[in-house]
Amino acid sequence: MTDQGETISTNWFSQLAHPGFFMRWSAYLIWPLALISAVLFAVGLWFALFHSPADYQMGETVRIMYVHVPNAWLSQFCYGIMAVSAVGTLVWRHPMADVSMKAAAPLGAAFTAMALVSGALWGRPTWGTFWEWDGRMTSTLILFLIYLGLIALWRTFEDQLRAAKVVAVLTLVGAVNIPIIKFSVDWWNTLHQPSTFFRADGPKAPASIITPLLTMTLAFTVLFLLLHVLRMRTEVTKRKADRLEHLKIARQQKAS
Amino acid sequence: MQALWALLIRDLKSASRAGGSLTTLIAFYLSLGVILPIAIGPDKPLLASLGPALIWTGVLLSSLLGLDRIFVADHDDGSLTAFRHTRLGLSAISFVKLIVHWLTTALPLIVLTPVMGVLFSIDLDTLFAVMLTLLLGTPAITALSLVAAALSVSLKRGAVIAPILVMPLAIPAVIFGVGAAKPVLGAGQAETALLFLSAMSLVFVAFAPFAAALALRVSQE
Repeated sequence: MTDQGETISTNWFSQLAHPGFFMRWSAYLIWPLALISAVLFAVGLWFALFHSPADYQMGETVRIMYVHVPNAWLSQFCYGIMAVSAVGTLVWRHPMADVSMKAAAPLGAAFTAMALVSGALWGRPTWGTFWEWDGRMTSTLILFLIYLGLIALWRTFEDQLRAAKVVAVLTLVGAVNIPIIKFSVDWWNTLHQPSTFFRADGPKAPASIITPLLTMTLAFTVLFLLLHVLRMRTEVTKRKADRLEHLKIARQQKAS
Repeated sequence: MQALWALLIRDLKSASRAGGSLTTLIAFYLSLGVILPIAIGPDKPLLASLGPALIWTGVLLSSLLGLDRIFVADHDDGSLTAFRHTRLGLSAISFVKLIVHWLTTALPLIVLTPVMGVLFSIDLDTLFAVMLTLLLGTPAITALSLVAAALSVSLKRGAVIAPILVMPLAIPAVIFGVGAAKPVLGAGQAETALLFLSAMSLVFVAFAPFAAALALRVSQE
């Protein structure tokens, strides 16, 4: 599967579609991504824990924000990746697009869960409650449910190539729906709770908060990219192994 | 057009003759109407204030119950394969399926809603408001059910997975549906909710047949 030497196409887009070619170039990405992510985390955590001020209202708990905000950003970024991959699967029938879509779904669910949990842990000391039916929190929870639905749909199919196209349709239906959900939840929230919470990540935040926040967001994003590439490589290898297994069974049946 | 009418009438006939499914639907909906007050307690003012929300939840859950019926019979007997090669196109056929599913699932639930109104002891004005919002909002739920049924048609466990896919996406319909039926709101808010609910139903009904056709096509190849 790795020797595609003489049949190599000149078109870079179709080259990108070749799983063997992907396995070759993505191998060079892993260590640089891991290194960049580790450095960014080290710098970001150092800034976040020692070189940013404690909030005059929230005290030291404000530092949870440096974990919470990047995860909340990734919960949406990951859905964006999945939606783009879904278009790739349906329109160009790109074989790596569905691998990317499948690899991203559990990551998205995990980052969304981390955003929810870190939000709850932050909410307890500052608002006095783990959960508030606030607009953003509610729509993040619904996004988590959508991720779970997508993962469940992946798992009910035996044929992963057919699953990819079906999941792609649902991913796009979800992508159209997410803004509607966001808007309706905001409307519902203003109806029930006219009070607005403070916005810690507003534009008025000083540089001492912005620097660690941006560094941590970048660190988490690079971590996501690393995990995404790793999961894609695992998926390609798994499909190869499955194919070999099928071949082995077929050969045994032929022999007997 | 004639072929679509024939399909509509065929599906309605087979739905009425298959037996059991309508009874199951009614029994499930009414069971919710009994279980919820028993769980909450016989506190009439509380039940009345929760009424619209409980009825909407009941309709959502009940309509998900028979969701797999939309395409499964046609898939099993091979009609779906035949539909793929007709001149009508899968989108038009999916649209007929949407109408049939709404007529056989959502409409009976709306007709039964006055009984739920009595069980939850809600007043007449609220009851009419709830029935109106159900009439305007259930097409959106049926449209989402259509897409989910198309996605899961070839799966053995389709009946289990499809409701999980619909529920998060149906949340806006529930929000605006219950919001428009709440008696405490000012007239302006209720009207906004009603307009959004209708807009959502129109958009979903317009797009769902195409999404369902796409899902049917890719899940069969």
